[in-house]
Amino acid sequence: MSRSLVSSLLLSTALAFPAVAQETAPDGTPLAEEQVFTYRELDDIKSFDPQISTDVSGSKILRDLFEGLYNDDIDGNQVPGMATDHELSEDGKTYTFNLREANWSNGEPVTASDFVYAWRRLVDPETASEYAWYMELMGVENASAIVEGEMEPEELGIRAVDDQTLEVTIETPLPYFISMLTHPSTFPVPEAVVEELGDAWTRPGNLVGNGAYTLTEYNPGERVVRERNPEYWNDEETILDRTVTLIINDENQGLTRYLAGELDMTDIPSGQYPRLSEEYPDEAHSFPRSCSYIYWFNQGENGNPALKDERVRKALSYAIDRDIIVERILQGGQYPSYNWTHQATAGFDLPEIDYAGWTQEERNERAKELMAEAGYGPDGEPLTVTIQYNTDESHRKIAVAVSQFWKQTLGVNVELANYEWATHTDRLQDGNYEIARYAWCGDYNEASTYLDLMTSYSDHNVSGWTDETYDELMSESKTMENPNPNYTEAEQILAENMPFAPIYQYTGVLMVDPQVRNYPFDNLMQNWYSKDLYIAAEDAPASSSAN
Amino acid sequence: MLSFILKRLAVAIPTLLVLIVLSFVLMHAAPGGPFTRERAIPPEVLANLNARYGLDEPLWKQIGTYLWNIVAHFDFGPSFVYPSRTVNDVIAQGFPITLTYGAISFLVAVIVGCSLGVAAAIKQNSWLDYLAVGVSIGAQVLPNFVMAPILVLVFTLWLGWLPGGGWNDGQWEYLVMPVVALSTSFMASIARITRSSMLEVLAQNHIRTARAKGLPTRRILLRHALKPAMLPVISYLGPAFVTMITGSVVIDLFFSTGGIGLFFVNAALSRDYSVMMGITILIGGLTILFNLVVDILYAWIDPRIRY
Repeated sequence: MSRSLVSSLLLSTALAFPAVAQETAPDGTPLAEEQVFTYRELDDIKSFDPQISTDVSGSKILRDLFEGLYNDDIDGNQVPGMATDHELSEDGKTYTFNLREANWSNGEPVTASDFVYAWRRLVDPETASEYAWYMELMGVENASAIVEGEMEPEELGIRAVDDQTLEVTIETPLPYFISMLTHPSTFPVPEAVVEELGDAWTRPGNLVGNGAYTLTEYNPGERVVRERNPEYWNDEETILDRTVTLIINDENQGLTRYLAGELDMTDIPSGQYPRLSEEYPDEAHSFPRSCSYIYWFNQGENGNPALKDERVRKALSYAIDRDIIVERILQGGQYPSYNWTHQATAGFDLPEIDYAGWTQEERNERAKELMAEAGYGPDGEPLTVTIQYNTDESHRKIAVAVSQFWKQTLGVNVELANYEWATHTDRLQDGNYEIARYAWCGDYNEASTYLDLMTSYSDHNVSGWTDETYDELMSESKTMENPNPNYTEAEQILAENMPFAPIYQYTGVLMVDPQVRNYPFDNLMQNWYSKDLYIAAEDAPASSSAN
Repeated sequence: MLSFILKRLAVAIPTLLVLIVLSFVLMHAAPGGPFTRERAIPPEVLANLNARYGLDEPLWKQIGTYLWNIVAHFDFGPSFVYPSRTVNDVIAQGFPITLTYGAISFLVAVIVGCSLGVAAAIKQNSWLDYLAVGVSIGAQVLPNFVMAPILVLVFTLWLGWLPGGGWNDGQWEYLVMPVVALSTSFMASIARITRSSMLEVLAQNHIRTARAKGLPTRRILLRHALKPAMLPVISYLGPAFVTMITGSVVIDLFFSTGGIGLFFVNAALSRDYSVMMGITILIGGLTILFNLVVDILYAWIDPRIRY
């Protein structure tokens, strides 16, 4: 039986028997009658257009409204979405995706040319998409030249072989290419609708998607509601009927409303995890999240000349007591950090870093020696440095703590400079700082999302530090079967040169109603899909996956 | 009177123009821009974005284009941060919300505040006076960013009577806490101004004359005292009304109403130039308008004032 026949049979069955609330989930858990999930989001959604959206909060909604070639499963592995499978050419540069037969929410079929249209749209200078760089990062053929206006969008390395076959050509083989396809900027969009309605195509009522849900209500700054899409190819297995995003700017207010039963999920305000995990052990969760918090040491023109000395940088980094920062200030289960890549990153082996294994006393001793060798400290020149951070209570607390460590251990005077976010970021990118707080969050679940940032050719390396061996290691890693040895070496170079002081690696801290099941706590990227969630009945046995 | 109004309106145009140009220049002088990101946008992508929004033009030309679009098309431009929406969209969606809870708060503040103030003045130094003064001082020193979370804690979490936030097309349950939180401190100010102004008027000669000729107290108060006592109150109410209907960031922040107050502050922080300009112009225009309304009311209340 041909595939199209099977799916049309499936479709007609789905139409003949409209989905009714199932009584049990596939794992046998009894289900609640009302399958509605309500969660809190900090800020309003920037856009519902996959090629225009830039924010994490928007991505969560886009993953419900649209579907790309692959999805993440609950553990963060890639599973078929619009693509059923793919073949990779010998040279590792050409991917051929076989697409399933599926429909847009207006009943039109989703075809390979919808992907072609969307990807070209992303890099087209006319669209002026902020995430055009993502396609450059994926290394899709000619992406950079098109973004720069030197080539036409039609020359992008993507082509529809036929309605169900999509071919993508990339410039160099990329072992983690498939994992990059779950990003919303690669999702297809319905050409006819976008062309007809222009910017208005993303409004509720206009928006046509191929995801498991459709957009039914949007009050800017207040709420976003999405409901099941009966046209979705796998609607039959979808359990959750409706997902509501409430925009609540204040995290404490979010917590109060969670406790009042208005929300099923909200962020835990900083410092409150210990208390909440004691009071609500089934509801407070802490799990790794792919972001790394550091202090840049500026070695550029406007930096402090003392920071050009590697010994000073190492001394400053050694003298930071990360355990105190994590256990006393942040209190959300964060990981004290001595390297750059988040330790929970897929396939990444945490390298041996000397000072990570020392006790804090040993680190302090070594820091004092290094500082003396460099000619600063009690018997040398006095040193004053400035730590710049953006206005935020926890950044301030960390900066105060670090300034104490440096003063007490090394006799270094610290001035704190606090700017609102845009000014802080602007100064950072202009290299106009001495020491500055920064955090990087991984774009995809592979170590190069961190390590590439420190290459000399990265736009994000604002430290002024470069190293040829490091660059070579990173470019070599791109084609390696197992790049881990190179990653380890790269991390060791960073520890040896200390262009920044790693401070901690993130965890996510959430309150989640115990009736909400299948939330992907184990997916480092925290990519969740409403179609995978369900609400268990009140009398259902407790979930076994509670963290 | 008509020529006065026309004259004031004529002055309003250059005032608004100065406001627009000054805000525009100051805003662009602030470090960073709408496309400042923690992870810098690559230069080639940034160039496309700047070209799309006209940010690659010299500043004078940007101001010119901006003004022309407003005058010719009433177009305040696209939002930089919400790329699928225009400034007109943002205001059209948020302002009605703000206007609703702001206007209701205004009415509550005026009615309760004036009543408290008048009652306190008439019964000066009685328990009623002390109570009114006490309440208004209490309300004045309790800022709304303290009051809002307390209200939610009590009425949502403990009592479970009211929803903790949201808008829901302005259903009354969703309005109660925002209105209480927003109106309280205005109400307190109105009560204090009314009380002191009323006391002053009650000590005046024309009131003594009215009493002497045997007019009933009620008539003295309503007809001879209240109107002149309202003058200082009204000069306070004009700007207060504008402040209330153009949104309070605290209300939007704590009650997630979707009003323009929070959009305004976020626009400033994220350098969403066009949204910030649009709301600045809205607030500026309303301020000019209501100052004019106050001046007209003055003339109506106090026959000695003539323009």
